[in-house]
Amino acid sequence: MTETLLFLHILTAFFLVAAVVIYSAFVLGGPVNRPTRTIAEILWGIGGLGTLVLGIWLALDIEGYEIWDGWILAAIVLWLLATGAGTPVSRGIQPRGDDSAMALPSNVVGAHWVRTAIVVALLVVMIYKPGA
Amino acid sequence: MDFPLLLHVLGAMVLVGVLVLATASLAAAWNTGSGALTRLGFRALLWAGLPAWILTRVGAEWVADKQGLSTDDPPNWVDMGYMVSDPGLLLLIAATVLAGIGARRTARGSGSAVTLDRVATVLLAISVVAYLVVVWAMTTKPS
Repeated sequence: MTETLLFLHILTAFFLVAAVVIYSAFVLGGPVNRPTRTIAEILWGIGGLGTLVLGIWLALDIEGYEIWDGWILAAIVLWLLATGAGTPVSRGIQPRGDDSAMALPSNVVGAHWVRTAIVVALLVVMIYKPGA
Repeated sequence: MDFPLLLHVLGAMVLVGVLVLATASLAAAWNTGSGALTRLGFRALLWAGLPAWILTRVGAEWVADKQGLSTDDPPNWVDMGYMVSDPGLLLLIAATVLAGIGARRTARGSGSAVTLDRVATVLLAISVVAYLVVVWAMTTKPS
């Protein structure tokens, strides 16, 4: 049971990073086409929900971990910040019909790189588990 | 052991992300004949896919070394990693070359890249599935 939860938790974390990678390509000037953007949104949605729900479930399931452990609370806060930073990115990057590179507003670009940094920070917290 | 593991996991996550991006872009290029999407797939594989593979593999070797895991007779889950990552590199290189030829062809207007995009998409889709199986093996560590 725990192993399955852990696998699904990590799998959804892969989805989160995959969404960030796809949005990075858009921000760096790649064409924003509808199917690829839709895939990124689905990955971000499943990844976001999955990492949070399965992460909390794991914290409750594994002996020695508590939901109020500092590193778990830090991860939840980072998750909330990443979700907040992701909202303007999703709104600001919309598909265009001609597959040409699009000039994005600086606040959208900034929000994307902030979200990217937060997702990397989340991974660091998950690997190092400070205070555990 | 934490830093090598961080490099390994980060590399693997970026690698899978790039493979998904390239698969989606090349599949869309296959459907629309878009040269821009073929170029996106090619550049993603060349600039991010290959470095991410190297990061994943270097991290894996570092973790195995730190944990004292035998390279002659590794545990099954480590063996699965090798069994997928080595052919995975070949598939990655093949898909990069195909997408690169396709991107060059469409840029020069010397023909269509649809067949190349199609083959590269299939190779990349196989890679994505194989890497997700390895994620399962790495997390559940079947004996």
